[in-house]
Amino acid sequence: MSNYLKLIGLGLMTLFFMIAANYGRDLAYQVHAILLMLVTGGMFLWTLRQTDEPKVSKEVLETEYMDGVIRYGAVATVFWGIVGFLAGTFIAFQLAFPALNFEWAQGYANFGRLRPLHTSAVIFAFGGNALICTSFYVVQRTSAARLWGGNLAWFVFWGYQLFIVLAATGYLLGGTQSKEYAEPEWYVDLWLTIVWVAYLLVFLGTIVKRKEPHIYVANWFFLSFIVTVAMLHVVNNLVIPVSIFGSASVQVFAGVQDAMTQWWYGHNAVGFFLTAGFLGMMYYFVPKQAERPVFSYKLSIIHFWALIFLYIWAGPHHLHYTALPDWASTLGMVFSIILWMPSWGGMINGLMTLSGAWDKIRTDPIIRMMVVSIGFYGMSTFEGPMMSIKAVNSLSHYTDWTIGHVHSGALGWNGMITFGAMYYLFPRLWNKERLYSLSLVNWHFWLATIGIVLYAASMWVTGIMEGLMWREVDAQGFLVWSFADTVAAKFPMYVVRGLGGVLFLSGALIMAYNLWMTVAKGEPKAAPLAAAPAE
Amino acid sequence: MAILDKHKVLEKNVSLLLVFSFLVVTIGGLVQIAPLFYLENTIEDVEGVRPYSPLELAGREIYLREGCYVCHSQMIRPMRDEVERYGHYSLAAESMYDRPFQWGSKRTGPDLARVGGRYSDEWHVDHMSDPQSVVPESVMPKYAFLSNRMLDGKYSGDFLKTHKILGVPYSDEMVENAQNDFIVQANPDGDYDAMLERYPGAQVRNFDGEPGVSEMDAMIAYLQMLGTLVDFSTFTPDASR
Repeated sequence: MSNYLKLIGLGLMTLFFMIAANYGRDLAYQVHAILLMLVTGGMFLWTLRQTDEPKVSKEVLETEYMDGVIRYGAVATVFWGIVGFLAGTFIAFQLAFPALNFEWAQGYANFGRLRPLHTSAVIFAFGGNALICTSFYVVQRTSAARLWGGNLAWFVFWGYQLFIVLAATGYLLGGTQSKEYAEPEWYVDLWLTIVWVAYLLVFLGTIVKRKEPHIYVANWFFLSFIVTVAMLHVVNNLVIPVSIFGSASVQVFAGVQDAMTQWWYGHNAVGFFLTAGFLGMMYYFVPKQAERPVFSYKLSIIHFWALIFLYIWAGPHHLHYTALPDWASTLGMVFSIILWMPSWGGMINGLMTLSGAWDKIRTDPIIRMMVVSIGFYGMSTFEGPMMSIKAVNSLSHYTDWTIGHVHSGALGWNGMITFGAMYYLFPRLWNKERLYSLSLVNWHFWLATIGIVLYAASMWVTGIMEGLMWREVDAQGFLVWSFADTVAAKFPMYVVRGLGGVLFLSGALIMAYNLWMTVAKGEPKAAPLAAAPAE
Repeated sequence: MAILDKHKVLEKNVSLLLVFSFLVVTIGGLVQIAPLFYLENTIEDVEGVRPYSPLELAGREIYLREGCYVCHSQMIRPMRDEVERYGHYSLAAESMYDRPFQWGSKRTGPDLARVGGRYSDEWHVDHMSDPQSVVPESVMPKYAFLSNRMLDGKYSGDFLKTHKILGVPYSDEMVENAQNDFIVQANPDGDYDAMLERYPGAQVRNFDGEPGVSEMDAMIAYLQMLGTLVDFSTFTPDASR
């Protein structure tokens, strides 16, 4: 019976997408309608073939963890990571050599369209998949319970991949609402909202049926990340579509209010997506890999509540000296500086977890990766508050310094902790004795670290240089440099930055090979993996 | 710190943890965003700012679509060098009809808040088609294809209507005449008087010098009006803002 309802629903959806493709007002919308038509049409056929067939009963052992979806998530993380790093490296070279904005691809692959593709690929595709798959892994282990909701977890995984594909193809075809890190158009936003609510339900449901009385600290971070991102996403994407048959829409907020809302969103995409969520990752994988307990329980309570309370205030530091009223920007600065403390609380808790196991930095390249990741976290959460001080910001704003700051956080902290988590997860998820090669992990570590150093250092140089050149006046009081002079002066550092990207990307490719070989050639683990008691 | 012992209440109850952490993260946004809607001095009281004409609005949509905002800001800060390089610092009033705002966050290229009237239309056509031909140091991509894509303004009325729903002061007359206004702004031989009455200060020219309305026309019409609307003689800075 339920299959018939499904068939009717899928059939109607396929029909609607056909009509939409026909009436579509712009290219992005039309291509998306065709894509969705194929997806729903395919599902219709698949459901049809299953209908009234004798059921093969698949018994689900409630005592077993649901790891299939996590295996898919881990592979997707590595895949999207490489796509995102490749896009980033390419656009870095586009800025050094504008001829790479190919003549024949002008309408699709110019820097302006590829840059959102890069940021979304690394933040939402790579980071998002890493967060979803590790949170599913961690919540099961720390709750001693199988994921709640049956196939809902699979819906979250595939629904999220569909969101990524819609967002990415949309940018190339010109479907964007131009809000940084929230570029997807209204129907993609609606879809993500549905997927995100399902994600929250799976996560909450699993915690509800936990066998452990306490909710583990990693899950506090994951939970606050999921809830806050839902709030940010919905409020920042309030729009009215111009037509149901087009991707264009008009924002509900305008000008100064829209700017404030956008950076409230934008900064907390960093604060919750890239910080709170990844701290959840840190709180599970670092203690496990180091085989030591978390350093301080009290510190984790204090820094958790302080971090989530303070982060939300920091948005206006993106709008210093703009037409945003001064009171708002000052509030943003003050809270950004205070935010330094809970950020370092997290860093201390992570690093000190290694007390008694510091020797592992020498012997275990995975631990080394995690430690460097926490180090970069500490560095960029110091740099951030410093750059939010108005006097510093007056120099750094609009320059490459911001780009360097973001990348020391994103490549160093988010990238490295994710790599560490992947090296931890792959052998366990595929039930292998060990990784294929530790020396390749070592290569990855050094390539990535040197890549980040080249990236960050070159952006400090260009950022501070252009900031100083823009404001330099001569003895008569005239500006010394034309804008074009500053662009030309940055060329050598843009090449260095691109090379940093090449190193980082090569490291990731080595990781992909290493993980592939672990799955394909690794020696199976002797004892079968059974549901262990809460870890 | 005995109070930390009480934390186990939250730690053992996922609903409480959910509600508490949600409440904690709402506060900052409420305090910072909500007052901007009712504090009267948030948007300066100046004359001259009007909603975009249909052609300018279409140009703006292209500006968004191509991701110009990733390299160009539209927000001049009140600093000596910026005011000298780009002109009077930006007012909140100047972006009050910008949905979404285009202040930007990065200047890989120069600020565009007051680019209107700085260069000729011909310069813009050359620059957009091949930026390095006019600025050798530029790293900007080429946008020659804008000249080949023709527009008819069919959906202009729908855009205006949607803005109107959200409170942008477009009159019914403006919505009705949107397509006509769209075409006539790029045709100096047309009957544009009514359009100019509806959009005071709009510039009527064949922006790209080619027949028909192309995306290039729309883009240049948008760029040439940026920062030109405010009558600064009506502006008095508010020290308390």
